[in-house]
This record gives sequence, C-alpha cells and structure tokens, in this order.
Amino acid sequence: MIDMQGVYKTYPNGVIAINGIDVTIEQGEFVYIVGPSGAGKSTFIKLIFREEKPTKGSITVNGKDVLKLKWKQIPYLRRDIGVVYQDFKLLPKMTVYENVAFALEVIGETPKTIRKRVMEVLDLVGLKNKARFIPDELSGGEQQRISIARAIVNYPKLLIADEPTGNLDPDTSWEIMRILEEINAGGTTVIMATHSKEIVNTIKKRVIAIEDGLIARDQHRGEYGYEV
Amino acid sequence: MAMKFRTMKRHFREGAKNIWRNSWMTIASVGAVTTTLVLVGAFLALMLNLSHIAGNLEEDVEIKAFVDLTAEQAEIDAIGAEIEEISEVSLVEFSTKEEELEGLIESMGDEGQVWELYEQDNPLSHAYIVKTTDPLDTVSVASQIEAIENVEKVNYGQDVVQNLFTFNNYARNIGLVLIIGLVFTAIFLISNTIKITIMARRKEIEIMKLVGATNGFIRWPFFVEGLLLGVLGSIIPIAAIVTGYYYLSNNVSSLTQFEFVELLSFNPFAWQLSLLILAIGASIGVWGSVMSVRKFLKV
Ligand SMILES: Nc1ncnc2c1ncn2[C@@H]1O[C@H](COP(=O)(O)OP(=O)(O)OP(=O)(O)O)[C@@H](O)[C@H]1O
Ligand SMILES: [Mg+2]
Repeated sequence: MIDMQGVYKTYPNGVIAINGIDVTIEQGEFVYIVGPSGAGKSTFIKLIFREEKPTKGSITVNGKDVLKLKWKQIPYLRRDIGVVYQDFKLLPKMTVYENVAFALEVIGETPKTIRKRVMEVLDLVGLKNKARFIPDELSGGEQQRISIARAIVNYPKLLIADEPTGNLDPDTSWEIMRILEEINAGGTTVIMATHSKEIVNTIKKRVIAIEDGLIARDQHRGEYGYEV
Repeated sequence: MAMKFRTMKRHFREGAKNIWRNSWMTIASVGAVTTTLVLVGAFLALMLNLSHIAGNLEEDVEIKAFVDLTAEQAEIDAIGAEIEEISEVSLVEFSTKEEELEGLIESMGDEGQVWELYEQDNPLSHAYIVKTTDPLDTVSVASQIEAIENVEKVNYGQDVVQNLFTFNNYARNIGLVLIIGLVFTAIFLISNTIKITIMARRKEIEIMKLVGATNGFIRWPFFVEGLLLGVLGSIIPIAAIVTGYYYLSNNVSSLTQFEFVELLSFNPFAWQLSLLILAIGASIGVWGSVMSVRKFLKV
C-alpha cells in the first residue's frame, strides 16, 4: 500500500523534518504514528498524499509513484486517500453538509447518492442535526468530526488521520476510534498520528515512533512508550 | 473534455452560491464593474453618435462636374459614361442647365428673382452630380473627373470637405484610443478587485485541491461567479444608458438649433449598446475571475 525508501524532507526554511525513512505499510493495516511534538509525524503524513514533496527518496502509494505524478494526476491520488487534518481544513463558507458533500461532488457522484451518503456519515459522527451549520458555528471537537466524516465519505482505500482525537472528550474519542476500527475492518488502511497513550495502549496496533525525523521504533501491537 | 451534465449543474449552483457566500467580494466587484461600465457606456454612446453625425455630413458630400459650354450632346453622354467607369463612384446623375438654374433660384430665396431674368439666356452649364461609395474617395475621384475631356471644372466644396474629413478622422481615432484605454482601465480595475478578494480565498482553493478536486473542478464555479458578477455589474449601467438615451434622443432636436444633428435612433441603438455593455461586463468578470484563480491552483 505504502512504500517509502530513503525519504528525506527539508523545508525551504532549512528545517530537516524527515531525515531518512524506510517503511512499508500493507493494505488493511492499522498503524499509529507516535512521537514527540515536532518530531515529523505530520510531515510524514503529508508526504503520502503529496501535500509535501520529499527532498530525496522514493514513495509509492497505492501502486502510484508519488514523485512521478504530473500536476494533473495528483487529484486522483488524493481521491483514494481520506485525510483528517490536524487543523481540520474545512471550507469556512460552506455548511457542514456541503463540506462533506464536496468530496463526493469531486468524483462526480449523483445528487441522490451524495445526499444519502452524506447524511449517513454525519449520523455516524453524531452531527446529523448540525448539517446546516458552518464550521465557525461548531466547537473544535465538532469540526474534527466533520473532518473525519469528509475523510471517510467516499470509502477511501487509505485513511490518514492526524490526531483525530486531539480535541475530543474521552467518550467522543472512543467513539471516533470505534469508527476508525470499523472502517479498518472493512479493508481500509488506517494511519493515525496520535499523542494519546491511553488509546495506543488499549487498542493495540502497529506503532511507528518517529523522533527527530527518524523511525525510532516499529512494533506490532506496540505500546505508546512515552511518559505523558 | 466531456463533463457530466450534473457536474456542470453543480458548478453553476456553486458559482451562484459563491455570490452570496462572499457578499463583500460581490459588492466590491459589482461596484467596480458598474462604475466602469457606466463610463464606458456613456462614452460609447457619445462616440458612436458623433461618428454617426460625421458620417451623415460626409454622406451629403457630392461632386459636381460642369460640362464645357461648347460640348455636343454626344460628348456630354461620353462624359457620363466615363464617370460611371470610375470604380469608386456609386451614383451619377445628370442635371441640365435649366435644372441648375432652378436650383440656384430656389436656394437664393427672394433674391433669386434677379436670376429669373436669365431664364431666356441661361449662362450656366450642364452638370453631372456624382457620389462616391466611400466619401473619403471624393477628392481623388474629383480629380479624375476633372481630367475628363469636356469637363470644365469640378466642385465639391473643396475647403469644407477637406476640413470635415480631417476633423472626422481625428475625432474617430481619438475616440477609438479613448475607448480602448477606458476598457483596459476597466479590465485592470475589475480584475484587481476580483484578484484581491480571491486572494482571501486562497486557503479554500488549497483545501479543495487537498480533497482531490481537479483544477477544472475548482475553476468552473469561479467562471460562473465571474460571469454573474459581470452581469450583475451591467444592470445599473444598462438601465442608466437606456433611460438617459431615451430622454436624450427624444429631446435633442429641441436642445440644439442644428438640424443636421440627428442621433442614432433609440431603437435599436440603445439595445445594441446594452448588449455590448452586457458582453463587456460578462467577459471582464469571467476574465478577472479565471485569471485570478489560476495562480492558486498549483497545490
Ligand atoms: N510548512 C513548514 N515549513 C517549515 N517548517 C515546517 C513546516 N511544517 C513543519 N515544519 C517543521 O518541521 C518539523 C516537524 O513538524 P511536524 O509538523 O511534522 O511535527 P509533528 O510531529 O506533527 O508535531 P506535532 O505532534 O506537534 O503535530 C518541526 O520542526 C516544524 O517546525
Ligand atoms: Mg503534527
């Protein structure tokens, strides 16, 4: 599913965020990315769907050589990948409904399918009753759940979530984890960056620890491994 | 590119919604379009009418070729045939010396009676009255006619005509330059307004791209939005011009002492001008919008 070889990323301002990573993630896996703040987790994630381009190395996602993609092909790579952003990235002037529907309009779904599917996922994240709100009218946790709804609405092959429980109360966090596990059970690969020791130690999955831009640890059914 | 009909529909709906969602941008852009189109419209109306009036004056220009007094009938006919040979000539009319005298007496009014004495012994010559297809050819055609045998002299109001043509030429060129300048200023002003407001939407465009939207998918609603901005911006200018022109064309004869000042008639001119303004508004809107969004698409 994902294969990275000798990947480096230096930002234009000179910060070395990823400093030589080799990793393979198979289809259907559930992977936690852990590590201290500023370690390079978000950068690692952004490299997968080409929000950032590596300075060096090769990345294959879903059989596509991410570096060889032309500008025109990038949207198609992204359509197979659902992303929950650390900063949500919701469209501020669109309603909750429109934000989620956008991911389906992009792939040309019929209005009927869109309506049905959007209401389905909004129900799943518990925000059906806020469909007509705009993001500014929602709490941080609610915005995060919209971001999750948008990421899963088109049944992506790969779901990437950058701290999807970062702004949520424990109850909602477990609810979100249940949704992610369910999606994973359906065959979708899930990659999730998190700072939650509790979640990682309770729902045991593969753990990749990134420190100073390097993979410090890669364990199946691993522990969080950091003191909180 | 074959686009699904429902996707096209979506783009139109989305473009229309953006008009509401970005109400401040809408107000700013529509304001810019309105202001410039009122100027462009008023100026176009002025220029086209001036050109029309000048054209009318030019239309009135004719060449009179006087036939030598001694010419025989056959020679007179030959002159007519030769004039018709000239390719720029559109109309040739023969006027006998009796008709010439009559015309003279008429144009003199009361004083003309003096000339009635001459009716027995007419001192005037027969004449050919010639019109050219393009009034600007008058001078060259006149000199060709003058060269014809048995033509005594030609008259086309030499001084006046030359001045009229020069003046009209200047007026048209200056008008054209001014209009082009005005339209470019309008394009610049409007696309700048739109650009500034779209800058504020840079983040949105980036997000759309991250969710997997192609450039076309993002561009289309902007296209629609620009189109609507342009159309909205032409409403007031069109209303102003139609009303203003209606008033003006009904009252111009009483406002001026000159009979030759005849404006282009309200129907169809006002409608044609409205259509032109609408077209300018729509294209400027689309252009400004699509050009501005282009810069942010490489994400
Ligand atoms: N766009 C950017 N331009 C320049 N430097 C950046 C950019 N994004 C991240 N960095 C730097 O790269 C390093 C890694 O950042 P990254 O966001 O990947 O960390 P992280 O592991 O996700 O941290 P956190 O847990 O706080 O989210 C940091 O030092 C950060 O300052
Ligand atoms: Mg991060």
